[in-house]
Amino acid sequence: MKPSRNGRVTARKAWQGCAFALFWLSGIAAMAVMLAVVGYVVVRGAPELSLSFFTTSPRGGLSGDGGIASTIVATAYLVVMTMAFAAPLGIGAGIYLVEYAGNSRNRIATTFLKLSRFGSETLAGVPSIIFGLFGYALFVTAMHFGFSLLSASLAGACLILPVVVRTAEEALKAVPEGYREASLSLGATRWETIRKVVLPSALPGLTTGIILGVGRILSETAVFYVTLGGSYRTPTSVLSSGRTMALHVYYLAMETRAFEKAMATGAVLVILIIIVNLAINAVSRRLSAGSRS
Amino acid sequence: MADTVPRLRTAGYNLYYGSFRALRDITIDIPENSITAIIGPSGCGKSTFLRSFNRMNELIPGVTVTGKVLLDGEDIFRADVVALRRKVGMVFQRPNPFPKSIFDNVSYGPRIHGTRDRGVLASIVERSLRDAALWDEVKDDQQKSALALSGGQQQRLCIARALAVEPEVILMDEPASALDPVATMRIEELMQSLKQRYTIVIVTHNMQQAARVSDFTAFMMTDGFRAGNLVEFGATKQIFTTPADSRTEDYISGRFG
Ligand SMILES: Nc1ncnc2c1ncn2[C@@H]1O[C@H](COP(=O)(O)OP(=O)(O)O)[C@@H](O)[C@H]1O
Ligand SMILES: [Mg+2]
Repeated sequence: MKPSRNGRVTARKAWQGCAFALFWLSGIAAMAVMLAVVGYVVVRGAPELSLSFFTTSPRGGLSGDGGIASTIVATAYLVVMTMAFAAPLGIGAGIYLVEYAGNSRNRIATTFLKLSRFGSETLAGVPSIIFGLFGYALFVTAMHFGFSLLSASLAGACLILPVVVRTAEEALKAVPEGYREASLSLGATRWETIRKVVLPSALPGLTTGIILGVGRILSETAVFYVTLGGSYRTPTSVLSSGRTMALHVYYLAMETRAFEKAMATGAVLVILIIIVNLAINAVSRRLSAGSRS
Repeated sequence: MADTVPRLRTAGYNLYYGSFRALRDITIDIPENSITAIIGPSGCGKSTFLRSFNRMNELIPGVTVTGKVLLDGEDIFRADVVALRRKVGMVFQRPNPFPKSIFDNVSYGPRIHGTRDRGVLASIVERSLRDAALWDEVKDDQQKSALALSGGQQQRLCIARALAVEPEVILMDEPASALDPVATMRIEELMQSLKQRYTIVIVTHNMQQAARVSDFTAFMMTDGFRAGNLVEFGATKQIFTTPADSRTEDYISGRFG
Protein backbone atom coordinates (compact mmCIF):
# COMPACT_ATOMS: atom_id res chain seq x y z
CA MET A 1 0.00 0.00 0.00
CA LYS A 2 2.54 2.50 1.11
CA PRO A 3 5.09 2.16 -1.70
CA SER A 4 2.43 2.43 -4.38
CA ARG A 5 1.05 5.59 -2.82
CA ASN A 6 4.54 7.01 -2.71
CA GLY A 7 4.91 5.98 -6.32
CA ARG A 8 1.79 7.87 -7.23
CA VAL A 9 3.02 10.93 -5.43
CA THR A 10 6.29 10.74 -7.34
CA ALA A 11 4.45 10.38 -10.63
CA ARG A 12 2.24 13.34 -9.82
CA LYS A 13 5.27 15.39 -8.95
CA ALA A 14 6.87 14.41 -12.24
CA TRP A 15 3.74 15.46 -14.15
CA GLN A 16 3.74 18.73 -12.32
CA GLY A 17 7.40 19.20 -13.24
CA CYS A 18 6.64 18.51 -16.90
CA ALA A 19 3.72 20.91 -16.89
CA PHE A 20 5.78 23.66 -15.29
CA ALA A 21 8.58 23.10 -17.80
CA LEU A 22 6.09 23.39 -20.65
CA PHE A 23 4.57 26.58 -19.26
CA TRP A 24 8.03 27.97 -18.71
CA LEU A 25 9.04 27.13 -22.27
CA SER A 26 5.93 28.64 -23.80
CA GLY A 27 6.41 31.73 -21.65
CA ILE A 28 9.98 32.07 -22.89
CA ALA A 29 8.93 31.45 -26.47
CA ALA A 30 6.19 34.09 -26.32
CA MET A 31 8.63 36.60 -24.83
CA ALA A 32 11.22 35.75 -27.45
CA VAL A 33 8.80 36.30 -30.33
CA MET A 34 7.75 39.66 -28.90
CA LEU A 35 11.30 40.76 -28.30
CA ALA A 36 12.32 39.59 -31.76
CA VAL A 37 9.62 41.67 -33.46
CA VAL A 38 10.24 44.81 -31.42
CA GLY A 39 14.01 44.31 -31.49
CA TYR A 40 14.13 43.73 -35.24
CA VAL A 41 12.10 46.85 -35.96
CA VAL A 42 14.12 49.01 -33.58
CA VAL A 43 17.51 47.68 -34.67
CA ARG A 44 16.79 48.03 -38.38
CA GLY A 45 15.14 51.39 -37.99
CA ALA A 46 17.65 52.91 -35.56
CA PRO A 47 20.27 54.02 -38.13
CA GLU A 48 17.65 56.25 -39.80
CA LEU A 49 16.63 57.91 -36.57
CA SER A 50 17.96 61.43 -36.20
CA LEU A 51 16.60 64.78 -35.21
CA SER A 52 15.92 65.73 -38.83
CA PHE A 53 13.89 62.53 -39.26
CA PHE A 54 11.39 64.02 -36.79
CA THR A 55 11.51 67.57 -38.11
CA THR A 56 11.24 67.10 -41.87
CA SER A 57 8.22 65.88 -43.77
CA PRO A 58 8.22 63.07 -46.32
CA ARG A 59 9.04 64.28 -49.79
CA GLY A 60 6.89 61.76 -51.60
CA GLY A 61 7.93 59.77 -54.62
CA LEU A 62 9.57 56.40 -54.98
CA SER A 63 12.69 57.24 -53.02
CA GLY A 64 10.85 57.72 -49.73
CA ASP A 65 13.06 60.68 -48.89
CA GLY A 66 12.39 62.91 -45.92
CA GLY A 67 11.25 62.35 -42.34
CA ILE A 68 7.97 61.91 -40.57
CA ALA A 69 7.10 65.41 -39.29
CA SER A 70 3.78 65.75 -41.14
CA THR A 71 2.72 62.22 -40.16
CA ILE A 72 3.32 63.02 -36.48
CA VAL A 73 1.13 66.10 -36.85
CA ALA A 74 -1.58 64.17 -38.71
CA THR A 75 -1.51 61.42 -36.08
CA ALA A 76 -1.82 63.95 -33.27
CA TYR A 77 -4.76 65.73 -34.96
CA LEU A 78 -6.47 62.46 -35.66
CA VAL A 79 -6.07 61.21 -32.09
CA VAL A 80 -7.45 64.46 -30.66
CA MET A 81 -10.36 64.63 -33.08
CA THR A 82 -11.29 60.97 -32.70
CA MET A 83 -11.26 61.26 -28.93
CA ALA A 84 -13.32 64.45 -29.13
CA PHE A 85 -16.04 62.36 -30.77
CA ALA A 86 -15.56 59.05 -29.00
CA ALA A 87 -14.91 60.11 -25.40
CA PRO A 88 -18.10 62.11 -24.70
CA LEU A 89 -20.22 59.65 -26.67
CA GLY A 90 -18.67 56.56 -25.10
CA ILE A 91 -18.71 57.88 -21.55
CA GLY A 92 -22.23 59.20 -22.05
CA ALA A 93 -23.38 55.78 -23.24
CA GLY A 94 -21.63 54.16 -20.27
CA ILE A 95 -23.43 56.52 -17.90
CA TYR A 96 -26.74 55.73 -19.52
CA LEU A 97 -26.17 51.99 -19.36
CA VAL A 98 -25.00 51.88 -15.75
CA GLU A 99 -26.78 54.75 -14.05
CA TYR A 100 -30.11 54.86 -15.85
CA ALA A 101 -30.94 51.79 -17.91
CA GLY A 102 -29.29 49.43 -15.41
CA ASN A 103 -32.06 49.81 -12.87
CA SER A 104 -34.90 50.62 -15.14
CA ARG A 105 -38.11 48.71 -15.48
CA ASN A 106 -38.67 50.27 -18.85
CA ARG A 107 -38.93 47.47 -21.46
CA ILE A 108 -37.46 49.56 -24.23
CA ALA A 109 -34.53 50.62 -22.08
CA THR A 110 -33.67 47.08 -21.04
CA THR A 111 -33.95 45.82 -24.60
CA PHE A 112 -31.71 48.62 -25.76
CA LEU A 113 -29.31 47.75 -22.96
CA LYS A 114 -29.03 44.13 -24.02
CA LEU A 115 -28.75 45.03 -27.69
CA SER A 116 -26.01 47.55 -27.11
CA ARG A 117 -24.06 45.12 -24.89
CA PHE A 118 -24.30 42.46 -27.55
CA GLY A 119 -23.49 45.03 -30.19
CA SER A 120 -20.38 46.33 -28.51
CA GLU A 121 -19.11 42.82 -27.84
CA THR A 122 -19.66 41.79 -31.44
CA LEU A 123 -18.25 44.99 -32.91
CA ALA A 124 -15.04 44.43 -30.95
CA GLY A 125 -14.41 41.32 -33.04
CA VAL A 126 -15.26 42.78 -36.45
CA PRO A 127 -12.24 43.32 -38.73
CA SER A 128 -11.39 46.99 -38.74
CA ILE A 129 -11.54 47.28 -42.53
CA ILE A 130 -15.30 46.84 -42.19
CA PHE A 131 -15.40 49.99 -40.11
CA GLY A 132 -13.23 51.56 -42.77
CA LEU A 133 -15.64 50.67 -45.57
CA PHE A 134 -18.55 51.91 -43.50
CA GLY A 135 -16.71 55.17 -42.84
CA TYR A 136 -15.84 55.44 -46.52
CA ALA A 137 -19.43 54.91 -47.63
CA LEU A 138 -20.96 57.20 -45.04
CA PHE A 139 -18.49 59.99 -44.32
CA VAL A 140 -16.24 60.10 -47.37
CA THR A 141 -18.91 59.58 -50.00
CA ALA A 142 -22.44 60.10 -48.75
CA MET A 143 -21.67 63.07 -46.49
CA HIS A 144 -19.07 64.46 -48.90
CA PHE A 145 -16.35 64.89 -46.27
CA GLY A 146 -13.90 63.31 -48.71
CA PHE A 147 -10.64 61.74 -47.63
CA SER A 148 -10.12 63.90 -44.59
CA LEU A 149 -9.33 64.11 -40.90
CA LEU A 150 -13.06 64.57 -40.32
CA SER A 151 -14.04 61.35 -42.13
CA ALA A 152 -11.19 59.44 -40.54
CA SER A 153 -11.89 60.62 -37.02
CA LEU A 154 -15.59 59.80 -37.34
CA ALA A 155 -14.76 56.33 -38.64
CA GLY A 156 -12.08 55.97 -35.94
CA ALA A 157 -14.63 56.97 -33.32
CA CYS A 158 -16.96 54.20 -34.54
CA LEU A 159 -14.05 51.78 -34.29
CA ILE A 160 -13.09 52.56 -30.70
CA LEU A 161 -16.54 53.37 -29.35
CA PRO A 162 -17.19 49.80 -28.17
CA VAL A 163 -13.99 49.72 -26.14
CA VAL A 164 -14.62 53.17 -24.64
CA VAL A 165 -18.20 52.24 -23.73
CA ARG A 166 -17.09 48.94 -22.19
CA THR A 167 -14.35 50.46 -20.05
CA ALA A 168 -16.64 53.33 -19.03
CA GLU A 169 -19.25 50.78 -17.98
CA GLU A 170 -16.72 48.82 -15.95
CA ALA A 171 -15.35 51.97 -14.35
CA LEU A 172 -18.82 53.18 -13.36
CA LYS A 173 -19.86 49.78 -12.06
CA ALA A 174 -16.78 49.70 -9.86
CA VAL A 175 -17.97 52.81 -7.98
CA PRO A 176 -19.32 51.51 -4.65
CA GLU A 177 -23.10 51.64 -4.38
CA GLY A 178 -22.65 53.24 -0.95
CA TYR A 179 -21.41 56.48 -2.55
CA ARG A 180 -24.58 56.80 -4.60
CA GLU A 181 -26.81 55.96 -1.64
CA ALA A 182 -25.03 58.48 0.57
CA SER A 183 -25.37 61.23 -1.99
CA LEU A 184 -29.02 60.52 -2.73
CA SER A 185 -29.84 60.28 0.97
CA LEU A 186 -28.52 63.82 1.39
CA GLY A 187 -31.09 65.07 -1.08
CA ALA A 188 -28.92 65.12 -4.20
CA THR A 189 -30.60 64.31 -7.49
CA ARG A 190 -29.39 61.43 -9.61
CA TRP A 191 -27.59 63.76 -11.97
CA GLU A 192 -25.88 65.65 -9.12
CA THR A 193 -24.82 62.30 -7.71
CA ILE A 194 -23.33 61.24 -11.04
CA ARG A 195 -21.54 64.53 -11.59
CA LYS A 196 -20.18 65.12 -8.11
CA VAL A 197 -19.56 61.64 -6.77
CA VAL A 198 -19.73 58.90 -9.39
CA LEU A 199 -17.72 60.48 -12.22
CA PRO A 200 -14.86 61.75 -10.02
CA SER A 201 -14.37 58.35 -8.45
CA ALA A 202 -14.62 56.59 -11.81
CA LEU A 203 -12.09 58.95 -13.37
CA PRO A 204 -9.07 56.62 -13.38
CA GLY A 205 -11.11 53.89 -15.08
CA LEU A 206 -12.56 56.34 -17.59
CA THR A 207 -9.06 57.58 -18.33
CA THR A 208 -7.91 54.02 -18.93
CA GLY A 209 -10.61 53.61 -21.56
CA ILE A 210 -9.53 56.78 -23.29
CA ILE A 211 -5.87 55.80 -23.34
CA LEU A 212 -6.83 52.38 -24.72
CA GLY A 213 -8.68 54.22 -27.48
CA VAL A 214 -5.63 56.38 -28.19
CA GLY A 215 -3.49 53.25 -28.51
CA ARG A 216 -5.98 51.77 -30.93
CA ILE A 217 -5.94 54.89 -33.12
CA LEU A 218 -2.14 54.97 -33.12
CA SER A 219 -1.92 51.42 -34.38
CA GLU A 220 -4.88 51.35 -36.77
CA THR A 221 -4.20 51.34 -40.51
CA ALA A 222 -7.07 49.78 -42.46
CA VAL A 223 -9.75 52.24 -41.34
CA PHE A 224 -7.61 55.26 -42.15
CA TYR A 225 -6.38 53.84 -45.43
CA VAL A 226 -9.89 54.21 -46.83
CA THR A 227 -10.99 57.36 -44.97
CA LEU A 228 -7.95 59.57 -44.46
CA GLY A 229 -6.41 59.15 -47.88
CA GLY A 230 -2.65 59.22 -47.91
CA SER A 231 -1.40 62.77 -48.41
CA TYR A 232 2.06 63.19 -46.96
CA ARG A 233 1.55 66.93 -46.52
CA THR A 234 0.81 68.48 -43.16
CA PRO A 235 -2.97 68.75 -42.75
CA THR A 236 -4.20 72.32 -42.61
CA SER A 237 -7.88 71.82 -41.85
CA VAL A 238 -10.29 69.14 -40.70
CA LEU A 239 -11.06 68.49 -44.36
CA SER A 240 -7.40 67.85 -45.23
CA SER A 241 -6.28 64.42 -46.21
CA GLY A 242 -3.30 63.06 -44.30
CA ARG A 243 -1.21 60.13 -43.26
CA THR A 244 -0.84 58.71 -39.78
CA MET A 245 2.48 57.22 -38.75
CA ALA A 246 1.08 53.71 -39.06
CA LEU A 247 -0.18 54.48 -42.58
CA HIS A 248 3.17 56.00 -43.43
CA VAL A 249 4.85 52.72 -42.53
CA TYR A 250 2.52 50.98 -44.93
CA TYR A 251 3.11 53.45 -47.78
CA LEU A 252 6.88 53.42 -47.30
CA ALA A 253 7.01 49.65 -47.32
CA MET A 254 4.66 49.12 -50.25
CA GLU A 255 5.30 52.09 -52.52
CA THR A 256 8.89 53.17 -51.98
CA ARG A 257 12.31 51.63 -51.74
CA ALA A 258 12.88 53.11 -48.28
CA PHE A 259 12.32 49.98 -46.25
CA GLU A 260 14.71 51.20 -43.55
CA LYS A 261 12.61 54.32 -43.14
CA ALA A 262 9.51 52.21 -42.73
CA MET A 263 11.33 50.38 -39.96
CA ALA A 264 12.41 53.65 -38.36
CA THR A 265 8.86 54.97 -38.39
CA GLY A 266 7.71 51.63 -37.04
CA ALA A 267 10.24 51.89 -34.25
CA VAL A 268 8.93 55.31 -33.24
CA LEU A 269 5.40 53.95 -33.31
CA VAL A 270 6.29 50.91 -31.24
CA ILE A 271 7.96 53.10 -28.63
CA LEU A 272 4.92 55.39 -28.57
CA ILE A 273 2.63 52.44 -28.05
CA ILE A 274 4.83 51.11 -25.27
CA ILE A 275 4.57 54.52 -23.60
CA VAL A 276 0.77 54.46 -23.97
CA ASN A 277 0.64 51.03 -22.35
CA LEU A 278 2.86 52.17 -19.50
CA ALA A 279 0.44 55.04 -18.99
CA ILE A 280 -2.47 52.58 -18.81
CA ASN A 281 -0.58 50.54 -16.23
CA ALA A 282 0.19 53.63 -14.19
CA VAL A 283 -3.43 54.76 -14.24
CA SER A 284 -4.83 51.37 -13.31
CA ARG A 285 -2.27 51.01 -10.55
CA ARG A 286 -3.49 54.31 -9.17
CA LEU A 287 -7.01 53.00 -9.53
CA SER A 288 -6.37 49.88 -7.47
CA ALA A 289 -4.30 51.80 -4.93
CA GLY A 290 -7.23 54.18 -4.57
CA SER A 291 -9.73 51.42 -3.97
CA ARG A 292 -7.49 49.75 -1.39
CA SER A 293 -7.14 52.75 0.89
CA MET B 1 -46.30 57.90 24.73
CA ALA B 2 -49.52 59.84 24.66
CA ASP B 3 -47.82 63.05 25.78
CA THR B 4 -45.37 63.10 22.86
CA VAL B 5 -46.10 64.14 19.29
CA PRO B 6 -45.58 61.48 16.60
CA ARG B 7 -43.03 62.72 14.13
CA LEU B 8 -43.17 59.70 11.87
CA ARG B 9 -46.22 57.60 11.36
CA THR B 10 -47.05 54.68 9.13
CA ALA B 11 -50.54 53.29 8.67
CA GLY B 12 -51.41 50.03 6.96
CA TYR B 13 -48.04 50.15 5.21
CA ASN B 14 -47.06 47.33 2.83
CA LEU B 15 -43.98 46.98 0.67
CA TYR B 16 -43.42 44.55 -2.20
CA TYR B 17 -40.21 43.60 -3.96
CA GLY B 18 -41.84 42.62 -7.23
CA SER B 19 -44.45 40.11 -6.12
CA PHE B 20 -42.72 39.34 -2.82
CA ARG B 21 -44.37 41.09 0.09
CA ALA B 22 -41.56 42.17 2.41
CA LEU B 23 -43.61 44.29 4.85
CA ARG B 24 -47.17 43.61 5.91
CA ASP B 25 -49.60 46.12 7.28
CA ILE B 26 -47.29 48.12 9.52
CA THR B 27 -48.80 50.82 11.68
CA ILE B 28 -46.57 52.73 14.05
CA ASP B 29 -46.20 56.20 15.62
CA ILE B 30 -42.62 57.28 16.23
CA PRO B 31 -42.36 60.12 18.75
CA GLU B 32 -40.07 63.08 18.21
CA ASN B 33 -36.86 63.81 20.08
CA SER B 34 -36.42 60.23 21.09
CA ILE B 35 -34.55 57.16 19.97
CA THR B 36 -36.60 54.34 18.56
CA ALA B 37 -34.88 51.00 18.03
CA ILE B 38 -36.09 48.49 15.48
CA ILE B 39 -35.08 44.96 16.43
CA GLY B 40 -35.82 41.55 15.00
CA PRO B 41 -34.23 38.51 13.39
CA SER B 42 -32.25 39.13 10.24
CA GLY B 43 -34.29 39.23 7.05
CA CYS B 44 -37.46 40.37 8.81
CA GLY B 45 -37.51 43.67 6.94
CA LYS B 46 -35.89 46.11 9.37
CA SER B 47 -33.73 47.78 6.74
CA THR B 48 -36.55 47.82 4.24
CA PHE B 49 -38.82 49.46 6.80
CA LEU B 50 -36.20 52.04 7.78
CA ARG B 51 -35.54 52.92 4.15
CA SER B 52 -39.23 53.62 3.74
CA PHE B 53 -38.96 56.83 5.72
CA ASN B 54 -36.67 58.54 3.20
CA ARG B 55 -38.00 56.68 0.16
CA MET B 56 -34.69 54.97 -0.54
CA ASN B 57 -36.55 51.83 -1.58
CA GLU B 58 -37.67 53.66 -4.70
CA LEU B 59 -34.18 53.22 -6.08
CA ILE B 60 -34.75 49.47 -6.33
CA PRO B 61 -36.58 48.45 -9.50
CA GLY B 62 -39.85 46.67 -8.94
CA VAL B 63 -40.63 48.03 -5.48
CA THR B 64 -44.23 49.03 -4.84
CA VAL B 65 -45.85 50.25 -1.65
CA THR B 66 -49.36 50.68 -0.33
CA GLY B 67 -50.58 52.42 2.79
CA LYS B 68 -49.38 55.63 4.34
CA VAL B 69 -46.10 57.04 5.60
CA LEU B 70 -46.38 60.46 7.21
CA LEU B 71 -43.73 62.92 8.34
CA ASP B 72 -45.19 65.57 10.62
CA GLY B 73 -48.60 64.56 9.35
CA GLU B 74 -47.66 65.02 5.68
CA ASP B 75 -47.79 62.16 3.18
CA ILE B 76 -44.15 61.59 2.19
CA PHE B 77 -45.10 60.09 -1.17
CA ARG B 78 -46.70 63.39 -2.13
CA ALA B 79 -43.69 65.41 -0.97
CA ASP B 80 -40.71 66.31 -3.13
CA VAL B 81 -38.20 63.55 -2.60
CA VAL B 82 -35.26 65.96 -2.42
CA ALA B 83 -36.99 68.02 0.27
CA LEU B 84 -37.93 64.83 2.13
CA ARG B 85 -34.38 63.53 2.18
CA ARG B 86 -33.14 66.84 3.49
CA LYS B 87 -35.43 66.40 6.46
CA VAL B 88 -34.80 62.70 6.90
CA GLY B 89 -31.09 61.90 6.95
CA MET B 90 -29.56 58.46 6.87
CA VAL B 91 -26.48 56.72 8.25
CA PHE B 92 -25.64 53.39 6.66
CA GLN B 93 -24.40 50.09 7.98
CA ARG B 94 -20.99 50.37 6.39
CA PRO B 95 -19.33 53.75 6.80
CA ASN B 96 -19.51 55.25 3.31
CA PRO B 97 -17.63 58.55 3.22
CA PHE B 98 -16.97 59.89 -0.26
CA PRO B 99 -13.39 59.57 -1.51
CA LYS B 100 -12.97 63.28 -0.85
CA SER B 101 -11.55 65.40 1.94
CA ILE B 102 -13.20 65.56 5.36
CA PHE B 103 -14.30 69.12 4.60
CA ASP B 104 -15.76 68.20 1.22
CA ASN B 105 -17.64 65.27 2.72
CA VAL B 106 -19.39 67.37 5.35
CA SER B 107 -20.00 70.34 3.06
CA TYR B 108 -21.37 68.11 0.28
CA GLY B 109 -25.03 68.38 1.34
CA PRO B 110 -25.11 72.12 1.99
CA ARG B 111 -23.33 72.73 -1.30
CA ILE B 112 -25.86 70.63 -3.19
CA HIS B 113 -28.60 72.66 -1.58
CA GLY B 114 -27.09 75.93 -2.72
CA THR B 115 -24.69 77.21 -0.06
CA ARG B 116 -21.63 78.56 -1.89
CA ASP B 117 -20.03 80.93 0.60
CA ARG B 118 -16.80 79.40 1.88
CA GLY B 119 -17.12 81.00 5.32
CA VAL B 120 -20.67 79.77 5.78
CA LEU B 121 -19.66 76.30 4.65
CA ALA B 122 -16.72 76.31 7.07
CA SER B 123 -18.99 77.14 9.98
CA ILE B 124 -21.51 74.47 8.98
CA VAL B 125 -18.67 71.94 8.76
CA GLU B 126 -17.36 72.92 12.18
CA ARG B 127 -20.79 72.75 13.80
CA SER B 128 -21.57 69.39 12.23
CA LEU B 129 -18.21 67.89 13.16
CA ARG B 130 -18.62 69.16 16.73
CA ASP B 131 -22.11 67.68 16.92
CA ALA B 132 -20.76 64.39 15.65
CA ALA B 133 -17.99 64.48 18.30
CA LEU B 134 -15.31 64.40 15.64
CA TRP B 135 -14.15 68.01 15.59
CA ASP B 136 -11.29 67.68 18.07
CA GLU B 137 -9.80 64.77 16.16
CA VAL B 138 -9.86 66.33 12.69
CA LYS B 139 -10.03 70.13 13.10
CA ASP B 140 -6.39 70.65 12.16
CA ASP B 141 -6.52 68.52 9.03
CA GLN B 142 -9.88 68.91 7.35
CA GLN B 143 -8.29 68.58 3.91
CA LYS B 144 -7.18 65.04 4.72
CA SER B 145 -8.91 62.28 2.76
CA ALA B 146 -11.88 60.85 4.63
CA LEU B 147 -10.68 57.40 3.62
CA ALA B 148 -7.63 57.84 5.86
CA LEU B 149 -9.83 57.94 8.99
CA SER B 150 -10.50 54.89 11.15
CA GLY B 151 -13.79 53.03 10.73
CA GLY B 152 -15.31 54.64 13.81
CA GLN B 153 -14.19 58.09 12.73
CA GLN B 154 -15.57 57.47 9.26
CA GLN B 155 -18.96 56.59 10.72
CA ARG B 156 -18.98 59.75 12.83
CA LEU B 157 -18.00 61.67 9.71
CA CYS B 158 -21.02 60.16 7.95
CA ILE B 159 -23.16 61.32 10.88
CA ALA B 160 -21.64 64.81 10.58
CA ARG B 161 -22.34 64.76 6.84
CA ALA B 162 -25.99 63.89 7.54
CA LEU B 163 -26.25 66.58 10.25
CA ALA B 164 -24.86 69.26 7.93
CA VAL B 165 -28.14 69.51 6.00
CA GLU B 166 -30.01 70.06 9.31
CA PRO B 167 -32.41 67.12 9.17
CA GLU B 168 -35.25 66.55 11.62
CA VAL B 169 -34.98 62.78 11.61
CA ILE B 170 -31.90 60.57 11.42
CA LEU B 171 -32.25 56.99 10.28
CA MET B 172 -29.43 54.64 11.25
CA ASP B 173 -29.14 51.14 9.85
CA GLU B 174 -26.94 49.11 12.21
CA PRO B 175 -24.51 52.04 12.35
CA ALA B 176 -22.09 50.28 14.69
CA SER B 177 -22.15 46.74 13.32
CA ALA B 178 -18.88 47.24 11.44
CA LEU B 179 -17.15 48.94 14.40
CA ASP B 180 -15.13 47.80 17.40
CA PRO B 181 -16.59 48.13 20.93
CA VAL B 182 -14.88 51.43 21.74
CA ALA B 183 -16.06 53.04 18.51
CA THR B 184 -19.52 51.56 19.12
CA MET B 185 -19.64 53.17 22.56
CA ARG B 186 -18.74 56.55 21.09
CA ILE B 187 -21.54 56.28 18.54
CA GLU B 188 -24.00 55.35 21.30
CA GLU B 189 -22.94 58.34 23.42
CA LEU B 190 -23.28 60.52 20.38
CA MET B 191 -26.83 59.32 19.79
CA GLN B 192 -27.75 60.26 23.35
CA SER B 193 -26.55 63.82 22.82
CA LEU B 194 -28.27 64.08 19.43
CA LYS B 195 -31.71 62.98 20.57
CA GLN B 196 -32.32 66.34 22.28
CA ARG B 197 -32.68 67.87 18.85
CA TYR B 198 -33.37 65.02 16.48
CA THR B 199 -35.71 62.09 16.15
CA ILE B 200 -33.56 59.02 15.74
CA VAL B 201 -34.63 55.65 14.39
CA ILE B 202 -32.00 52.95 14.64
CA VAL B 203 -32.01 49.41 13.33
CA THR B 204 -29.91 47.07 15.40
CA HIS B 205 -29.47 43.33 15.66
CA ASN B 206 -27.87 43.87 19.04
CA MET B 207 -30.50 43.71 21.79
CA GLN B 208 -28.16 45.04 24.47
CA GLN B 209 -27.60 48.05 22.28
CA ALA B 210 -31.33 48.57 21.80
CA ALA B 211 -31.86 48.31 25.56
CA ARG B 212 -28.98 50.70 26.29
CA VAL B 213 -29.70 53.49 23.83
CA SER B 214 -33.36 53.58 22.92
CA ASP B 215 -36.48 55.07 24.47
CA PHE B 216 -38.85 53.00 22.36
CA THR B 217 -38.46 49.62 20.78
CA ALA B 218 -40.22 48.08 17.82
CA PHE B 219 -39.96 44.31 17.45
CA MET B 220 -40.41 42.94 13.95
CA MET B 221 -40.69 39.37 12.77
CA THR B 222 -41.64 37.50 9.63
CA ASP B 223 -44.99 35.79 9.44
CA GLY B 224 -45.79 32.49 7.74
CA PHE B 225 -45.42 34.14 4.31
CA ARG B 226 -41.97 35.60 5.09
CA ALA B 227 -43.43 39.10 5.19
CA GLY B 228 -42.17 41.39 7.95
CA ASN B 229 -44.72 42.29 10.61
CA LEU B 230 -44.56 44.67 13.51
CA VAL B 231 -45.12 42.38 16.47
CA GLU B 232 -44.87 44.85 19.29
CA PHE B 233 -44.00 48.48 19.85
CA GLY B 234 -43.63 50.26 23.16
CA ALA B 235 -41.33 51.87 25.68
CA THR B 236 -38.00 50.07 25.67
CA LYS B 237 -38.21 49.33 29.37
CA GLN B 238 -41.59 47.70 28.96
CA ILE B 239 -40.56 45.66 25.92
CA PHE B 240 -37.53 44.30 27.70
CA THR B 241 -39.17 43.66 31.08
CA THR B 242 -42.81 42.90 30.44
CA PRO B 243 -43.35 42.19 26.74
CA ALA B 244 -46.98 41.76 25.82
CA ASP B 245 -46.36 39.24 23.06
CA SER B 246 -44.84 35.84 23.74
CA ARG B 247 -42.80 36.04 20.50
CA THR B 248 -41.15 39.23 21.76
CA GLU B 249 -40.33 37.50 25.00
CA ASP B 250 -38.85 34.51 23.15
CA TYR B 251 -36.74 36.77 20.98
CA ILE B 252 -35.32 38.99 23.72
CA SER B 253 -34.61 36.04 25.94
CA GLY B 254 -32.59 34.61 23.04
CA ARG B 255 -34.79 31.63 22.31
CA PHE B 256 -34.53 32.30 18.57
CA GLY B 257 -33.06 34.73 16.10
N1 LIG C 1 -33.41 44.64 -3.19
C1 LIG C 1 -34.16 43.60 -2.80
N2 LIG C 1 -34.83 42.87 -3.72
C2 LIG C 1 -35.58 41.81 -3.35
N3 LIG C 1 -35.74 41.41 -2.08
C3 LIG C 1 -35.11 42.09 -1.11
C4 LIG C 1 -34.28 43.23 -1.43
N4 LIG C 1 -33.78 43.71 -0.27
C5 LIG C 1 -34.26 42.91 0.71
N5 LIG C 1 -35.06 41.95 0.21
C6 LIG C 1 -35.78 40.92 0.98
O1 LIG C 1 -36.64 41.56 1.88
C7 LIG C 1 -36.61 40.92 3.14
C8 LIG C 1 -36.21 41.93 4.21
O2 LIG C 1 -34.86 42.32 4.01
P1 LIG C 1 -34.19 43.42 4.92
O3 LIG C 1 -35.05 44.60 5.00
O4 LIG C 1 -32.80 43.64 4.43
O5 LIG C 1 -34.13 42.68 6.33
P2 LIG C 1 -33.28 43.00 7.66
O6 LIG C 1 -32.70 44.36 7.53
O7 LIG C 1 -34.25 42.86 8.77
O8 LIG C 1 -32.23 41.94 7.74
C9 LIG C 1 -35.65 39.75 3.01
O9 LIG C 1 -36.41 38.59 2.74
C10 LIG C 1 -34.81 40.11 1.82
O10 LIG C 1 -34.39 38.96 1.15
MG1 LIG D 1 -30.63 45.02 7.47
